[in-house]
Amino acid sequence: MLSYALRRGVLAIAVAITVSLATFFLLNFATDPAQALAGEDATPEVVQQIREEYGFDKPLAVQYLRWLGGLVHGDFGQSYHWRSPVGALIASHAPVTIRLALMAIAITILVAIPLGAIAALRPNSFVDRLSLSVAVGAQAIPGFWLGLVLIILFAVKFPIFPVSGDSTWKHFVLPAIVLGAGSVPSVMRLTRSGLLEVLGSDYIRTARAKGFRGVRLLTRHAMRNAMLPVVNVLAVQLGHKLGGSVIVESVFALNGLGRLAWQSILGGDVPTVQMLVFVFAITFVVLTFLADLLGAWLDPRIRLG
Amino acid sequence: MTALLLRRMLRHKGFLTGLALMVLLALLAAFAPLVAGHDPFGQDLAHRLMPPAWSAGGSWTHLFGTDHLGRDYLARLLYGARISLAIGLGAASVGCAIGVTLGVCAGYFGGRVDQAVSYLLTCQLALPGLLLAMALVFLIGPSLAVVIVVIGSLHWSYYLVVTRAATMQLKRLDFIAAAQAIGESRLQVIVHELLPNLLNPILVIFTLEVGVAVLAEAALSFLGVGVQPPTPSWGLMIAEGKDAMFFRPWLVVLPGAALFLLVMAANLLGDGLRDVTAPESRN
Repeated sequence: MLSYALRRGVLAIAVAITVSLATFFLLNFATDPAQALAGEDATPEVVQQIREEYGFDKPLAVQYLRWLGGLVHGDFGQSYHWRSPVGALIASHAPVTIRLALMAIAITILVAIPLGAIAALRPNSFVDRLSLSVAVGAQAIPGFWLGLVLIILFAVKFPIFPVSGDSTWKHFVLPAIVLGAGSVPSVMRLTRSGLLEVLGSDYIRTARAKGFRGVRLLTRHAMRNAMLPVVNVLAVQLGHKLGGSVIVESVFALNGLGRLAWQSILGGDVPTVQMLVFVFAITFVVLTFLADLLGAWLDPRIRLG
Repeated sequence: MTALLLRRMLRHKGFLTGLALMVLLALLAAFAPLVAGHDPFGQDLAHRLMPPAWSAGGSWTHLFGTDHLGRDYLARLLYGARISLAIGLGAASVGCAIGVTLGVCAGYFGGRVDQAVSYLLTCQLALPGLLLAMALVFLIGPSLAVVIVVIGSLHWSYYLVVTRAATMQLKRLDFIAAAQAIGESRLQVIVHELLPNLLNPILVIFTLEVGVAVLAEAALSFLGVGVQPPTPSWGLMIAEGKDAMFFRPWLVVLPGAALFLLVMAANLLGDGLRDVTAPESRN
């Protein structure tokens, strides 16, 4: 177990470093941050001045090492657009996004896993076919559009929930539904196919022969094994939710990391944007690392294979 | 073989629905100038925000009403289909080129190459795609080509995973050994033996990825970092209609429905193609 964890840990760290490199070079090489910061109508002199002031004239490798060095010492850099430290910006915007992502993943679990389980227990039944076609349809709905339609319906026509803002839990319900709905199809399909496979196995036949049926058979025997891949996908989805909150947060005017990222992009604020991309990537790496460990702990075949 | 394929296609309801929908949308996009009857850029401030023909105050001269600048909404929707299709097909092609190259190399050469490609994939999956796409499009400067390349170069993992697995299976078969025995180079084996046999799965993913790219473009344009005004893009139209949506919901509902139909068509077509070409991989 320890050697498995170590191998995974080293991989995670390598990925984190590679991702930081890629982000840094993509955002600084393909683009001209000084121009973006100065605006399109700025004179070349002004752009040049900004370039020197922020050190954009130095070689990229030097800039990267300086950035990484700051990061190691807890200095996340300075935002041009917001005129404050990036670390403080992220800390103040993170709670909204974390809350939103957790509520969204809870909605995904509560909807997708029972639906997938019902579908697997009665394959090709009406419920199975209905949930599969709803899943196909749901994958074609743009998230931001769903958000706007929900606002029209449940905030304006039937004012149950507030339109925008983030002061109470009610403000999070509609955004969390939109964000959560995005991963319902994949989690549902995975639950269904995983359960179908497990339900066909010998040990389930034994359990059936011993008289286990229905919900008890599912929860006591089948679910544990079928949930292994689902746990992995949920970790991936949670990571994507944090990064994918851009759209939902801008539709519902939630002042979280996604909206911060959007406004920073529109402000040409490369330090904030690259740190946000990095933070989202690291969160993803950590979450999948934890899911790997959980999977290995639950299933010896993984850590020994 | 082809007769069997054709019979399977004709029996597959999802495939037929997707195909019909896709052909219809493609035709509407191709013949947009004939169908629209209006200039999608022509402003008419005297007739701003007209409702669709079927609701009160609508008129049949503007079937789907007009937007906040008095531009005909049907014309903009039809021309928007061109943008969506162009970006969807373009980005799916860019992703295809990257993903298939990496996947075939990883599967065929194995060993170090395979490890390197797997590592690349792990890194790519960790990156927040939409955020990076937004930043890149904004910083490079939004144009159709930039949107296509950025979306495409962030969506290749699906191609990679599938072509890698398929190549590893094919590699063990006798005809590859035979090709090598008669002196084909590695490149020749890849181009002449492997790629033709990968065509079906690639086509399936391509179709599905068109839908993914269309949604990505809509999201970028909605957030103001994709296709720029006055170009008619469905995502942009939703963003423009958002401010008036409480009293004029059709401004948001219609482009959303158009997006839904196009992506749905791509998904049905892709899923159908998979069932038809590889029925054993169902479920």
